[in-house]
Amino acid sequence: MNEYSVNKKGKVMTDRRDALASMFSAKGAKVNTNRGDEYYSDLLKKMNTRLDELEKTEVASKTSIEHVLEAEGLTRRDFMKWASAACAMLMLPPTFTPTILRAAELMNRVPVIWLELQDCAGNSEAILRSDAPTIDELILDVLSLEFNETLMAAAGHQAEEHLKEAMHTFKGKYICVVEGAIPVGAGKEWCTIGAKAETFEEHLQHVAKDAAAIIAVGTCATFGGVPAAAPNPTGAVGVQDVVKGKAIINIPACPANPANITGTILHFVLTGQVPELDHLNRPKFAFGYRIHDNCERRAHFDAGEFVEEWGDEGAENNFCLYKMGCKGPMTFNNCSIVRYNEAVNWPIGAGHGCIGCSEPQFWDKYATERPIANSRIKAPTGGVEKSVDEFGIGLLAAAGIGIGIHATASIIAGKKENDNE
Amino acid sequence: MSKHIIVDPITRIEGHLRVEAIIGEDNVIKDAYASSTMFRGIETILKGRDPRDAGLLAMRICGVCTGTHYQRSIEAVEDAFDVTIPKNARIVRNLIQGALYLHDHVVHFYHLHGLDWVDITSALKADPALAEAESFNWHKTPYGVSKSELIQIQERLTKFVKQGRLGIFSNAYWGNKNYKLTPEQNLIATAHYLQALDLQRDAAKLMAIFGGKMPHPQSLVVGGVTCVQDIKNPARIALFKTLLKKFRHFIKTAYLPDLAMAGVKYVDEALDGTGGGLKNYMTYGDFRLDDTGFYKSALLFPSGVVLNGDLSKVHPFDQNKVAEDVTHSWYEGTKPLHPYDGETEPKYTGFEKKADGFSYIKPKEKYSWIKSPIYDDTRVEVGPLARMVVGVAAGDERITKYVTGFLGLLGEKLGLGKAAPTSALFSTVGRTAARAIESELIADVMMEWVDELAANVANGDLSTWTEFDFDTVSKDAKGHGLAEAPRGGLGHWVKIKDGKIENYQAVVPSTWNAAPRDYKDRMGAYESSLIGTKVADPDQPLEILRTIHSFDPCIACAVHIIDTKGKELSSFKVNTSCSI
Repeated sequence: MNEYSVNKKGKVMTDRRDALASMFSAKGAKVNTNRGDEYYSDLLKKMNTRLDELEKTEVASKTSIEHVLEAEGLTRRDFMKWASAACAMLMLPPTFTPTILRAAELMNRVPVIWLELQDCAGNSEAILRSDAPTIDELILDVLSLEFNETLMAAAGHQAEEHLKEAMHTFKGKYICVVEGAIPVGAGKEWCTIGAKAETFEEHLQHVAKDAAAIIAVGTCATFGGVPAAAPNPTGAVGVQDVVKGKAIINIPACPANPANITGTILHFVLTGQVPELDHLNRPKFAFGYRIHDNCERRAHFDAGEFVEEWGDEGAENNFCLYKMGCKGPMTFNNCSIVRYNEAVNWPIGAGHGCIGCSEPQFWDKYATERPIANSRIKAPTGGVEKSVDEFGIGLLAAAGIGIGIHATASIIAGKKENDNE
Repeated sequence: MSKHIIVDPITRIEGHLRVEAIIGEDNVIKDAYASSTMFRGIETILKGRDPRDAGLLAMRICGVCTGTHYQRSIEAVEDAFDVTIPKNARIVRNLIQGALYLHDHVVHFYHLHGLDWVDITSALKADPALAEAESFNWHKTPYGVSKSELIQIQERLTKFVKQGRLGIFSNAYWGNKNYKLTPEQNLIATAHYLQALDLQRDAAKLMAIFGGKMPHPQSLVVGGVTCVQDIKNPARIALFKTLLKKFRHFIKTAYLPDLAMAGVKYVDEALDGTGGGLKNYMTYGDFRLDDTGFYKSALLFPSGVVLNGDLSKVHPFDQNKVAEDVTHSWYEGTKPLHPYDGETEPKYTGFEKKADGFSYIKPKEKYSWIKSPIYDDTRVEVGPLARMVVGVAAGDERITKYVTGFLGLLGEKLGLGKAAPTSALFSTVGRTAARAIESELIADVMMEWVDELAANVANGDLSTWTEFDFDTVSKDAKGHGLAEAPRGGLGHWVKIKDGKIENYQAVVPSTWNAAPRDYKDRMGAYESSLIGTKVADPDQPLEILRTIHSFDPCIACAVHIIDTKGKELSSFKVNTSCSI
């Protein structure tokens, strides 16, 4: 008899499959894809007001989308196709397509200042490979990327001058994209930028002050990421721990999927507001699903077929990677749908488990080749070891495939979200 | 009066770098200091973790040479465990690494370095018909620069400029007289800049086919690779070949011809050795060509050291002779130490704020987060140039063929009646050319490797992983993963005790090149290469950027890592957004 407790309240479920089904339909993991006519008509009104405002801005360009399309070798039809796809990705009804088209034509009026702090440039590199459709590239082309250390031609004094000018010209209108963590502990003074040796924190505050919104890209800028992994030698944190009183959108993952970056910017252009966010300030359109929910190997999980060791028969047959440490069941991201590099592949496709890179503290919780229960990973204070104790390690043994603990974690996450609401 | 200038940020690189230079009245650089101003602590973070997981985290040292840190870290652990990986795994790793070289070199030349040679604003003045004619001077079937294509590109650029916002092209050193290409040549290079921006996504796809994604692939594990599905699927192999062919075509008909074009225009600087610097070249070697095991296999790029530009002698490389000094780095320490025994206690002394409001480094004291690595008590340069120079000096047939091929082309275009001298490579121009020469070589050899992989799989070998008993091999072990990143020698050293990492040190390409002075006050490669360079306009230090960029700086990885004692850290604020 498989009897085990699922949560602290001691609720008992005897049928494993029912238990799993109920866990996976936890509210926190669901995206509301139909919010009713009233909601959408209100949103559409908001978007159009926003676009009217944008059209009147002083930096409005005379370039028409037709010219840009022509230069890109794209037809109006390609553009329409892209707009419908974008519409679907943002989970809006098809009636929004014309508005999205209008927004795309206005994209070049949203200036972007891209800061690099304690980073590896992985997100800048990722945006360079922005996925198909090609129109993403077009969006980037017509974005006004005012400052980006990896790509900009100017350096030194001239680069600083330009930053100053752009911040002045677009005061209160630019989007500040941040890549990399901010040291606020021992390393506070150790990282500097510019001839006056501003610390990273000063540099961020200075640029964030007049930004319309801040988009933290990658897990370093969102949750501290690599430099914040235990023992966090520099005292690194994410943007939301440093900047207060600003709209901050988190687009984690290591690096962030460029499709999610462009999608978020598009949403901002459409509405002048940040997209609907989850309890970790991540856009729900991208982080509303678990990797596991849409995984191509999910059927093998359900059938209990697992890779037991690298390169074994299971690996040759695309079996589920859970036992090799895949953290897809507790990771919220759309990798299994959008994939990477023009959808050519993704980690699970290449036979390696998910490492949970869009979740906070994933280096200390998830980034290992083994399931959590038999991982030798260093335990951060208040980390996963604690939750294993709290929610019952026996569950892992009973279920044979330790999924319960992660689902439990998701229920708690969902609950937390409800609390916030 | 001499002038002291600061260039910070140095842009179009990975990471955070500052250069200070003292420029004399004759506009010649008399003294120079390179300082890295960013720091994370990755080696400290790796301590205590499972060595099998180290590669994933170590890879995040750099998002540009992504994947290569992954391999070096995993190979250090495999070396410690004495594990030899299967043939399929070796070839797959070579293909991922090779694709990284191609991607990195092309993006470096056009998007990071190119704007030091190419004046985009001048391209607007070009006559597309003349530019098309010009392009035939450099290749018999030049890439994507027909009159029609050039007109479209020029129109697109003109529209962009008319919008009034130049975006990333704003406020650069445009119009500086040390831009030497004609408007037509600038237009050709600009066309290739835009085309490469599109094509580099294909090179990234090459890495993702076997790596899962790019940046930061995820298909390598200690003992082998995980992408069984991808190697046994002929469609994947075919896609790889198709994309590789397309990219190789660009390298041969755009990248190399553009290098020849720039080489001719900037030949004076190549011949007088501008930016030559140390002239001591070191490479760990890269790309294993057989399955005899680490440090035993034949290598595509042989390891070795060439001193003082003397091509008649190659000194064998010995990892025991590597040491790191911290005299001018923000760390405690009194003498150079081998990486296995490396210590990293931070000792930050910062900058000196002067009356002009700027902060200057303190050259007599510590001034950088980068340590000063020394090989056999000598300062050396690493990178594509070192690989090519050592290959030629070692008499490697393949490398010699590609190098002499390029020097021959250059000699012909210069009308020398013979090949350009090999010594022309010991310069900023040469460093940039070596990268292109190497790209062509790798693209060609990768074609052979894909076929080798397909044939091996077709013969029924699907093996991708070598088994080992972790508990036994991880009790007490140490190992090193030494090979190359696109920008130079990359080494990871690991000590393992009772299944956990006891000590971890990475000495990376930009540690070698961007390092400050050492305990004997000898300069690092960047610093040394700037001395004697004439700057046309000290307010627009284009020449400094050009030489520094020729090394392909990658500073996040060069930043050495502190070794703080755990206790002090508990008081720091940590992210509390997820406390589950």
